[in-house]
Amino acid sequence: MSLAVAVAAPPRRSIWRRGILSSRKGRIGFGILVGLLAVAVFAPLIAPHDPNAIDASRILAPPDLTHPFGSDALGRDVLSRVIYAYRVSLGVAVGSTLLAFLVGVPLGLYAGYHGGWVDTAIMRPIDMVLALPAMLLAVALIAVLGPGTNISAIAIAIIYMPILARVVRSSTLVVASQTYIEAARARGTSHRRIIASHVFPNAVGPAIVQATVLMGFALQIEAALSFLGLGAQPPTPSLGSMLADGRDVLTQAPWVEIFPGVAIAITVLAFNFFGDGLRLRLDPRGVAS
Amino acid sequence: MSPRARFILRRLALAIPVIVAMSVFVFLMIHLVPGDPVQTMLGFRATPQNVATVREQLGLDRPLLAQYLTWAGGLLHGNFGEDFISHTPVSTLLRQRLPVTIELTLLSMTLAVLVGVPFGVRAAARPGAVRHLSEGWVVGGIAIADFWLGIMLVLLFAGIWQLLPPSGYVPFLKDPAQNLRYLALPVLALAFGESAYILRTTRGAMEEVLGTQYVLFLRAKGIPERRIVYRHALRNAAAPIVTVVGIQFGVLLGGAIVIETLFALPGVGRLIVTSIQQQNYVVVQGGVLVVAILFILVTLVTDVIVGWLDPRIEEGAAA
Repeated sequence: MSLAVAVAAPPRRSIWRRGILSSRKGRIGFGILVGLLAVAVFAPLIAPHDPNAIDASRILAPPDLTHPFGSDALGRDVLSRVIYAYRVSLGVAVGSTLLAFLVGVPLGLYAGYHGGWVDTAIMRPIDMVLALPAMLLAVALIAVLGPGTNISAIAIAIIYMPILARVVRSSTLVVASQTYIEAARARGTSHRRIIASHVFPNAVGPAIVQATVLMGFALQIEAALSFLGLGAQPPTPSLGSMLADGRDVLTQAPWVEIFPGVAIAITVLAFNFFGDGLRLRLDPRGVAS
Repeated sequence: MSPRARFILRRLALAIPVIVAMSVFVFLMIHLVPGDPVQTMLGFRATPQNVATVREQLGLDRPLLAQYLTWAGGLLHGNFGEDFISHTPVSTLLRQRLPVTIELTLLSMTLAVLVGVPFGVRAAARPGAVRHLSEGWVVGGIAIADFWLGIMLVLLFAGIWQLLPPSGYVPFLKDPAQNLRYLALPVLALAFGESAYILRTTRGAMEEVLGTQYVLFLRAKGIPERRIVYRHALRNAAAPIVTVVGIQFGVLLGGAIVIETLFALPGVGRLIVTSIQQQNYVVVQGGVLVVAILFILVTLVTDVIVGWLDPRIEEGAAA
């Protein structure tokens, strides 16, 4: 008599419920991020006014019902400018982190899986990059490559790539020592297939968690670079360049400075909270932290 | 040789290749600039003769390795090159600017430690209102960008209440009281975020230590809780706290670049930003290298302190 046991794979919805959305922080972060992404994607539909429209009658006008965030030194609507600037800043944050992920994760996987000289050859230069203050490295890279939105995205990606490579390497070391990997090797499965089919799916979780948290901080770095005049260049709006522009009218029109900063803070918070939710599901051992 | 001496030597040996690699990167900066770096530095009105003279001054007409060796040899003698705008030696500029950056980062870190460690210890030892408050502090410290906090502090303390100057600097030796007045807002802006990270690490490390068997034993012996927390637990939780302080020092040095610009402090960070805007690469090279070496040295000192606090690390590394 044979005994057949059917084990049903857990439905995808339950993964979200049991993990990411089971924590209050995860739910809050997820909710805010969905809203923020909608703002960035549908900026032209959401923005109440043209962000570049100059209105001489509304120079430094305080917030009111038609202009909830007030107007800046040229009479432009601050809310519309924040929405458009947010689109640029979030684009840089997400783009740079994805670029870092796409380069850092394979490097970490190969280093952790192969070990030995491959590990040394990959990780030593990476450790050297990690030995430098991130902001200094970003500024140094921009000094070489010149300022701009794309360049600041590349600079942030170069800062983040070693962090993600290191996280993936750590989780790969754990996964690569498991019996099922040994079994796959004994079966004669190629290294490439083992990495792609077995190691990557089991080792990538902590890197996803780390990348989520880093996305929020990327927005902060982008804003800081643009504030220094090294990131987005006029006429491209950015939260950092808005903050730089508003400094001269800080006491007369504090709303020009308050709202871009609040937008940055909410985004960092949302990515952190969502990262905490993801951690419960994807990184219970806390490799990413 | 004692394990401690071996550990320190090993850490020193590890720091040297990092410094050399950093020096290679900084040296190559000027060569990676798209186009002709000298033409970019001097602007397009510069005559070919001027370009040739500066190129010769910088040694850019020689083989790359020879250039690096001459440049690195100069560094060892404190020669960082010359600012091509003011014709001042970069080492002089760095000597003038470095104390400002060091004072700013040291004061910020001291404040962050003085707030973060006791707050973290209390949040771990007495859960309740203090813990909730610490959660809020950490969330705020992580989410709020230091330079935006700086702007808000200027708005409140300089704009509305007019208690502190919005920007500027007076050297400490000239007038200590004025120096601290000018540094108060930049230090607060930098220290808030750092204190949040230190608080979170302290709280986590203390919670772990306070849950161990030996703490249970000390409590069973009837030792006062205060003594257990501050005398026994804190010492054992100190290693991760010191590690985070060392790591965060790098964040502070990076943050100082933005904060010095915001508050018009004449530090190395502002020098780097101004020099990038002027495409004054020789000064950028000197500034980046000095800040990087400073951070590498701080990491080295941190590792030595952590090894001293937890001899198992020294023995493990030296073995």
